[in-house]
Amino acid sequence: MTRVPVSCTINGHEEAFLAESGESLLNALRDEVGLTGVKEGCGTGDCGACSILVDGRVTCACLIFAPEAEGHELTTIEGLADAGHLHPLQQCFLEGAALQCGVCTPGFLLAAKALLDKNPHPTETEVRYALAGNLCRCTGYDKIIRAVLDAAADMAAATGDAA
Amino acid sequence: MVTVRFTSTLREFTGQDEVEIDAPNVRRLIRLLDERWPGLGERLTDGMSIAINGEIIPDAEFEDLPDGAEVHFITAIAGG
Amino acid sequence: MTVTDDPTTNPGYKWVGTRPIRPDGLDKVTGKAQFSADLVLPNMIEGAVARSPHAHARIVSIDTSVAEAMPGVQAVITGADFPDLAEAGAPAADVRESKKIIARDKVLFEGHPVAAVAATTRQEAQKAAAAIVVEYEVLPHALTVSEAMAEGAPVLHDDLITANVEPTPETASNVASRAVQQRGDLDEGFAAADVVLEHRYTTKPVHQGYIEPHAAVADASQNGRVNLWFSSQSPFDIRATTAKLIGCSPSRIKVTPAEIGGGFGGKTVAYVEPIAAMLSRKANRPVRVVMDRHEVFLATGPTSGSVTNDGKITAADIWMAFEAGAFPGSPVGAAAMTAIACYDVPNFFIEGFDVVVNKPKVAAYRAPGAPIIAFGVEGLLDELARAIDMDPIELRLANAAEEGVQAPYGPVHPRIGMVETLEAIRDSDHYRSPVPEGCGRGVASGFWFNIGGNSVATVNVHEDGNVSVIYGSPDIGGSRASMALFAAEELGIDVERVTPHIADTDTIGHTDVTGGSRVTLSAGKVVVEACRMIKDDLRRRAAKTWDCDLDEVDWVDGQAQHVSGTESPLSLAALAGKAGRTGGPISATYTENVRGAGAGFSTQLVDVRVDEETGQTEIVRYTTAQDAGKAIHPSYVEGQMQGGVVQGIGWALNEEYIHRADGTLDNPGFLDYRIPVASDLPMIETIVVEVPNPNHPYGVRGVGEVGIVPPMAAIANAIDRSTECRLHDLPMSPVRLLSAINDRDARD
Repeated sequence: MTRVPVSCTINGHEEAFLAESGESLLNALRDEVGLTGVKEGCGTGDCGACSILVDGRVTCACLIFAPEAEGHELTTIEGLADAGHLHPLQQCFLEGAALQCGVCTPGFLLAAKALLDKNPHPTETEVRYALAGNLCRCTGYDKIIRAVLDAAADMAAATGDAA
Repeated sequence: MVTVRFTSTLREFTGQDEVEIDAPNVRRLIRLLDERWPGLGERLTDGMSIAINGEIIPDAEFEDLPDGAEVHFITAIAGG
Repeated sequence: MTVTDDPTTNPGYKWVGTRPIRPDGLDKVTGKAQFSADLVLPNMIEGAVARSPHAHARIVSIDTSVAEAMPGVQAVITGADFPDLAEAGAPAADVRESKKIIARDKVLFEGHPVAAVAATTRQEAQKAAAAIVVEYEVLPHALTVSEAMAEGAPVLHDDLITANVEPTPETASNVASRAVQQRGDLDEGFAAADVVLEHRYTTKPVHQGYIEPHAAVADASQNGRVNLWFSSQSPFDIRATTAKLIGCSPSRIKVTPAEIGGGFGGKTVAYVEPIAAMLSRKANRPVRVVMDRHEVFLATGPTSGSVTNDGKITAADIWMAFEAGAFPGSPVGAAAMTAIACYDVPNFFIEGFDVVVNKPKVAAYRAPGAPIIAFGVEGLLDELARAIDMDPIELRLANAAEEGVQAPYGPVHPRIGMVETLEAIRDSDHYRSPVPEGCGRGVASGFWFNIGGNSVATVNVHEDGNVSVIYGSPDIGGSRASMALFAAEELGIDVERVTPHIADTDTIGHTDVTGGSRVTLSAGKVVVEACRMIKDDLRRRAAKTWDCDLDEVDWVDGQAQHVSGTESPLSLAALAGKAGRTGGPISATYTENVRGAGAGFSTQLVDVRVDEETGQTEIVRYTTAQDAGKAIHPSYVEGQMQGGVVQGIGWALNEEYIHRADGTLDNPGFLDYRIPVASDLPMIETIVVEVPNPNHPYGVRGVGEVGIVPPMAAIANAIDRSTECRLHDLPMSPVRLLSAINDRDARD
């Protein structure tokens, strides 16, 4: 049971923590770094509740060994808001009632951010397929999809970049 | 005087669709029903709600019964 | 879209019916909300559970010596560490509950807990749990009702005698009990009929599928009490269960509810809580026990698989057998009560059997029992509609239950909205649009009682005039927002000034489960009444301040106003500021065992397109109309409707437990237990019908459950119209549908 040091950037800050070589990044983020916004729904990469961004790319933290995070830039839900200002996705989720129990919400927000960062004007179908790796059991997805489309529209309007 | 209607296994147990009983409250009603059909009392208290004139009342043991009321015993519903 | 039937449902409310951001929303979109696996206590260690690999076996011996000596291990427990409730003469239900939590002499399902370990890390606990040596004598198992009811079936409980059959059986069997609903004369009813249809239906167990696995943190190491934190729908019920199982008085346990990541009925009962408590007691440290997804599928409640036979509408003859899992208690009784509750049927005999099988004990799942039997009844109604060439909505309208009709379970219906939901669908844009090319269209209806129950609320007014609303119902769907809206409406203040708070079991009085679609009704009622007590108190204090009579004081728009207009109004803040001089702190508590729940009805419409090469069914368009009585926060009412529909879609098309021949589960994970994902679905159109419940101050009917009742039949009906294949077994997965299509082609 060797614990190895891991240094990486998390939510814009340099972080260093110890993790066992076989420990998942999900468990390390929750237990070592204290970022409990990253949720375990299945531990096997099937539900997306643990979705984080690794160098901007949406990834299941349960499928990465903690030491693999060395040198990378991670974004968790705790880093989505910018100095107290909610990201448009967070705001649209709140206004659109796109969450009920809220346990899948962090994963959805990050997966949606990854989508909009890459494709600022997605169609409904594109949103649905981009989020197909995130399971929600409460909402039936309807209000989540609408919130993502609303956020895309808000972000486009803010940058003066209409589709 | 109240009318008790049986629709469930109670209909089999009593052999009747309904019965008229003179009882001012649920407690007395159950006692009288148990006197008439020994063993019925237990079936009416374990996990049962009571509907009085169409309103389903859980934990109805101490409820009063208005004259002319229609009473049903129904299995208490849980939910999900 | 909200369809209002009655002008009194919208009498100019200022807050009720609006869509503010929910009070707990910010924490949930920023990752701050604490679910029970998120909680960390000082000195806390981690637990792991050792579970049976067999579906049915006698426990010969358990050797924990190796585990106890392993690194980091602080405590190991087995069933023997718990009080023996059977020996103590406890009620049978309590004895069964204790055996469900942790096995004693027998294991009854794969995943049945046999021991548990607390160690410094979860990995160490899991390693030690795996090192516990259990010697089993494997027994034959019964996995389905057919297997369990067959001649010579292996008997799970040697003391289980079927209840409610005459004569009382002399030997034990796997049939726990029989439920019946009956009225009229079946023979007469069938003799009067022109068309009689009969089919056998089967359904498979499905899991509630909440994304958050069960978890509990227990601390039995301080001041002789047990502190528990866990996600559940019923903190008080699970407190009571834990108290019985570990042998202490309920009030010695304090439960602080954590945020709950989905429940749908599956988190109304105990799983790891008593285990965490016992480990903490033995280790004398706080212990956290978290289930993984594998364990959730192996060992927590699915709802029943079933076999049913159905008859015709003017007479109905229904036979059902439901899986209860390892211990009695399937929802077959509720199924018997709801089977034909949407309709006025004069003659019926409905009989259901509760059958134990070697699977985890079933737990409630959204309108428990009703969706299963609705698959049969609503499917058969559609076949009848086709047989007599009648529009399926018109057929339902011709038979619909309404005010004054006697429900199958006895009482006469008060004002209900079954007809209104049918009309809403009939008049909907969806129904008026032609069926798209290559699609089939299906409709189905559903009923659920909804319940009331024990609730209590305390309202406190702070010196700044803001208000706390304290109550005991965990929030699984946004009910905090509704409580805030009720208080805002009653007190005449901005909803932002109300903070709802879900209290622990010491701080708030006994509160019944968050389930049965009861919270908006029951917690809402007591919140409203507590606010009314506050208003009366505030008026009294204003009268004292102005030295006038009480009837000269009105409460308007959040202020006390003198009827003559000669005094400046007094705000909540002003009155709170002088609370000490006018009688003391401004606080009111209202408690009630709330009655008068209004039944909920839903009618749903779906267009499907079947790919006849793969058997895949695409949901092209879906509309649901549901009677909410009064939608307090319409967004969360819509959310409940949509969530129920999508669970029903999964139940219809894909979800099932797949067991191997040895009784073990082949698909205990989300990869192979396939629930709907976003790309499977269209938007779910919602029509909120409002037929007010006369027994609630705001006309509320519960909305959480009934939405899951119609989808399976609606989809079966649509598939039939699309492919001329009528499926009678769930799920209607591609493999099964393809087989039916091939049979159809072979016939033609």
